[in-house]
Amino acid sequence: MSENSNTPLITVENLVKHYGGRRGPISWATGKPPINIRALNGVSFEVRRGETLGLIGESGCGKSTLGRALLRLHEPTSGKVVFDGTEVTALKPDALKAMRRHMQIIFQDPYASLNPRRTVADIIGLPLMLHGLAANRREMRDKVAAIMDKVGLKTNHLDRYPHQFSGGQRQRIGIARALISNPQFIVCDEPVSALDVSIQAQIIELLTGLKRDMGLTYLFVSHDISVIGYLSDRVAVMYLGEIVEMGPVETVLSNPRHPYTQSLMSAVPDVDHPGKHQRVRLTGDLPSPQSPPPGCKFHTRCPLATDLCRVEAPPRHDLGDGHTASCHLIDDNVSILR
Amino acid sequence: MTTMPATPLLQVQGLRTVFETRAGRVFAVDGVDVTVNPGECLGVVGESGSGKSVTFSSVMGLVRAPGRIASGSIRFEGRDLRALSPPDMRKIRGRDIAMTMQDALTALNPALTVGEQILEVLYAHDETLPEGRIMARRRAARAKAVEMLELVGIASAGDRLQYYPHEFSGGMRQRIMIAIALACRPKLLIADEPTTALDVTIQAQVLELIADIRVRLGMSVVLITHDLGVVSEYCDRVMVMYAGQVVEEGPTASVIQNPQHPYTRGLLQSIPRLSLRGQKIKPIEGQVPDLIDLPPQCRFYSRCSERLDACMNRIDMRELGDKRRARCIRLPEVKA
Repeated sequence: MSENSNTPLITVENLVKHYGGRRGPISWATGKPPINIRALNGVSFEVRRGETLGLIGESGCGKSTLGRALLRLHEPTSGKVVFDGTEVTALKPDALKAMRRHMQIIFQDPYASLNPRRTVADIIGLPLMLHGLAANRREMRDKVAAIMDKVGLKTNHLDRYPHQFSGGQRQRIGIARALISNPQFIVCDEPVSALDVSIQAQIIELLTGLKRDMGLTYLFVSHDISVIGYLSDRVAVMYLGEIVEMGPVETVLSNPRHPYTQSLMSAVPDVDHPGKHQRVRLTGDLPSPQSPPPGCKFHTRCPLATDLCRVEAPPRHDLGDGHTASCHLIDDNVSILR
Repeated sequence: MTTMPATPLLQVQGLRTVFETRAGRVFAVDGVDVTVNPGECLGVVGESGSGKSVTFSSVMGLVRAPGRIASGSIRFEGRDLRALSPPDMRKIRGRDIAMTMQDALTALNPALTVGEQILEVLYAHDETLPEGRIMARRRAARAKAVEMLELVGIASAGDRLQYYPHEFSGGMRQRIMIAIALACRPKLLIADEPTTALDVTIQAQVLELIADIRVRLGMSVVLITHDLGVVSEYCDRVMVMYAGQVVEEGPTASVIQNPQHPYTRGLLQSIPRLSLRGQKIKPIEGQVPDLIDLPPQCRFYSRCSERLDACMNRIDMRELGDKRRARCIRLPEVKA
């Protein structure tokens, strides 16, 4: 499957997703402009074959929207997604459906993402039926049983319903459903965030093992830096609908260059070295994506913001070795960590 | 209790809280001892269903049917809270012991402004407010409410009193709940997962705030969390709970550097870290046991990699010296 690990499996160019923005009855009646949420503002990146790209950011930064826009579960407003040479964003509905076989998603909430009225066999087997990968129910059940075994579920639980499983087991069902059509690429949308620490570790081990065995490529969306740091090859940091820093995970996390990444790193409590690093206390909350600030989006919370940051969006700086960061102050080599 | 540093502020002994369900009796809290000393910050860690929230709901007298406290004593400054009448308990709750809930959006009343919700606590408990004269009383309470909001770092607090909970962000709501809890300067603040619903940068703000106020007001804090990182950074002592029991307890640094109970070890090994890239993390296999009609055996038995036949018997907490205790028969007991 991985012919050349340097050719990108997915190329994303200038992806934009705005929610709303259309005039509805309320905006007509009140005369107010319609609400327009700018979830993604021109995101460009590549996912290489066989890698895990970690996508990190706080709630509301657009990381889940990005994962879904890649699969066109949410239709992008503009921009281009190319998967293995095919432009996903230009596909007609039928071709898109066939394409989904190769690109799957694991959802965050193992309770909400499984139909409570379907048996596990039906839930996991649905992609097989949709894509015509099983000739009959018998074959479907055999294939479901095989994948259940692979993700660590008991095969005699085939006819149970989701409520008969614990959170960790349900997440395994979600994983089995994503894997059964033998995809190349999986968006993992916070797959371990709803789980307890000990169960979280089981699922992380499962996902890394499956990736190795099946030659998968992951886009791993999470707000947890330790999870991202543990299992990603490269990491992209998002803030208000933009990627502000990106690069190999060791480089970005041990030498973060964007002030936002720096503050994120310093905010994570460290089990092994409490009090080791100095805390940067960011003041305030994430600004509303309805009315993002002008210039650099981070300037309202950045302790180093200058007048330039308030008016002009920073360019993306190439720091070598695939490490990029978008900040006006990169050349000054400043840090908010002292 | 071998070592007794001063008189504890809160002392819980042998607490058992049970829930009667159709399927059987659930021992959500089964023989838990807790000591909180004046001025200290105790971290309580455990996964969902470990009984950490129920333990402290019991302390607050907030357990409702079908749950009840079956046995045990809860002493606060020497007074037995279980023996108090509901009106007497109400005088302590909110004034001397305050608790903040995990989900600030559901814990705050959506139909009242945050100002009304802070004033409610002050009117109920604050004896320094002038008696009788209504306007003077209201002015004094309002001034205090503004002061509390400022204390938790909410800008233009005077105007914000008129806002409703939904007009604030998640981090601000959590801070408002802390402001309500701190309105009467309690001696003990129980913070139940104060940052679980929050982003890391906001989590850091809220935790620093609690740590800061704790020092300024000299209060004790119980921090209930599932995040060992938070415990490691902010707590003096830690208590690890599993399936309704305390399995390990001691000074934070010592427990984290040298965990004795297999569950604590497993929990620490389960945390993914950047420094562990490429190595396997070792998850604890299996799941938390069903708490209905449990046999007296070690509750970690089914998941423990070091289990012995003797673990099928009842296991008590053992003193390990250096203020540490754990519930495992493999550990040698230290006689004080």
